[in-house]
Amino acid sequence: MIAFTAILKRDIILGLRQGGGAGAALAFMLSVLVLIPLALGPDQNLLRRLAPGIMWLALLLAVLLTSERIFQLDYEDGTLDALVGISLPLELVTLAKALAHWLAVGLPLAIIAPLLGILINIDTTALPILMLSMILGSLSLSLLASIGGAITAGLRRGGLLVALLILPLYVPVLVFGVSATSAETGPTGSFSSLLVQVAITMVSLVVQPWASAAALRAYFR
Amino acid sequence: MQIFANPNRFFQIADRAMPVLWVATLVAFVVALYFAFFNSPADYQQGETVRIMYVHVPSASLALFVYVLMAVASAMALIFRHPLADAAAKAAAPLGAAFCFLALVTGSIWGKPMWGTWWVWDARLTSMFVLMLLYLGYMAVWRAFDDPHRAASLARIVALVGVINIPIVKFSVNWWNTLHQPASIVRAGGPAIDKSILWPLGMMFMAFTLLFISTHLVALKNEVRARKIRAEKLKSMGNS
Repeated sequence: MIAFTAILKRDIILGLRQGGGAGAALAFMLSVLVLIPLALGPDQNLLRRLAPGIMWLALLLAVLLTSERIFQLDYEDGTLDALVGISLPLELVTLAKALAHWLAVGLPLAIIAPLLGILINIDTTALPILMLSMILGSLSLSLLASIGGAITAGLRRGGLLVALLILPLYVPVLVFGVSATSAETGPTGSFSSLLVQVAITMVSLVVQPWASAAALRAYFR
Repeated sequence: MQIFANPNRFFQIADRAMPVLWVATLVAFVVALYFAFFNSPADYQQGETVRIMYVHVPSASLALFVYVLMAVASAMALIFRHPLADAAAKAAAPLGAAFCFLALVTGSIWGKPMWGTWWVWDARLTSMFVLMLLYLGYMAVWRAFDDPHRAASLARIVALVGVINIPIVKFSVNWWNTLHQPASIVRAGGPAIDKSILWPLGMMFMAFTLLFISTHLVALKNEVRARKIRAEKLKSMGNS
């Protein structure tokens, strides 16, 4: 347990202080938000309708872009070699690192993103639901990103491969995340979408440690 | 399955089975295509476009079946260290991707006159598209690594994680009641298709499955040979 929290703490600190971590992800999100109204035109009604989906896409891409960092740097400087040898099972090591990624990148973005949505005229009554579904969804996004990060840990240019491997798995998260906030479904519809999101998060919580650890073991044989 | 663990034994059996399989595939296709094109009625609503289904349905279900086979082979490689399982999964992937592509394209061609659009983001179409991406991702992992052993162990994980999508594709038409029609062959209360169309469809199923088995065996043989060549090269490099 001590080892688990130590890894968690170390990765959160690294994620917050190192360049290209949470701060860069937030700046990336902002720049996506600037580009969207320029690409779609400044029509306020159109933007209001699309706002939840746009915020979800921005969150998803920001998490995806930081997914390489979960394991690659540690693989290159040899930290992972040390982590494979400790008494904590490798499964839990990967879980700690995925959770740290969520706490350092996914969670802050999920909390800030709905507020940034004001820039694209988001419906403010939907904000609490959007925030809730994004907090839930970002956890599964981070867990799934860790699988992709582990598979490509040893690849120098694994960015495109991570996207190809992980985006298919992001589809359900995105679909139910957006449907929780879309106006057509109403309050009951958004509740059932949130329940499905909980289910997706649970499943990824079970699959992630096994898959990430198995992928890392392929590098240390 | 353990009989095939020895590659030489596998080659013996495969070489004997190959000619029979090819002849069976050819005969099945000739018969099935005859029935599909000339000896089955046009649908009273869809007209002649119903014949697209004879290609669409078998290739769609094979796309699913091949992925399951790939995942099972990956699991066998992981659990039993079966020497041919990784090769079988690797050889199956491009074939599955081809069937998936065929299903998507024929569906589009049918969708244009029937639904009035080439593509809709309906649950079945979307999940089938995701299946295509999973196939591409799996093949990309095999290509991304120089070391085949490392590629094999990482590709297994990709195949096994992606299998989550299979029940979603299968049941998407029942869970979300969107544009694509629900299952009409295997369902409670028997098939909803008339016998005059069901029989040619069954024959096409047979023909497509035989085609997959034959091409998969060829690809598997090539994969084993490629490994042998690699091993020989490494050996001769070690000697010199």
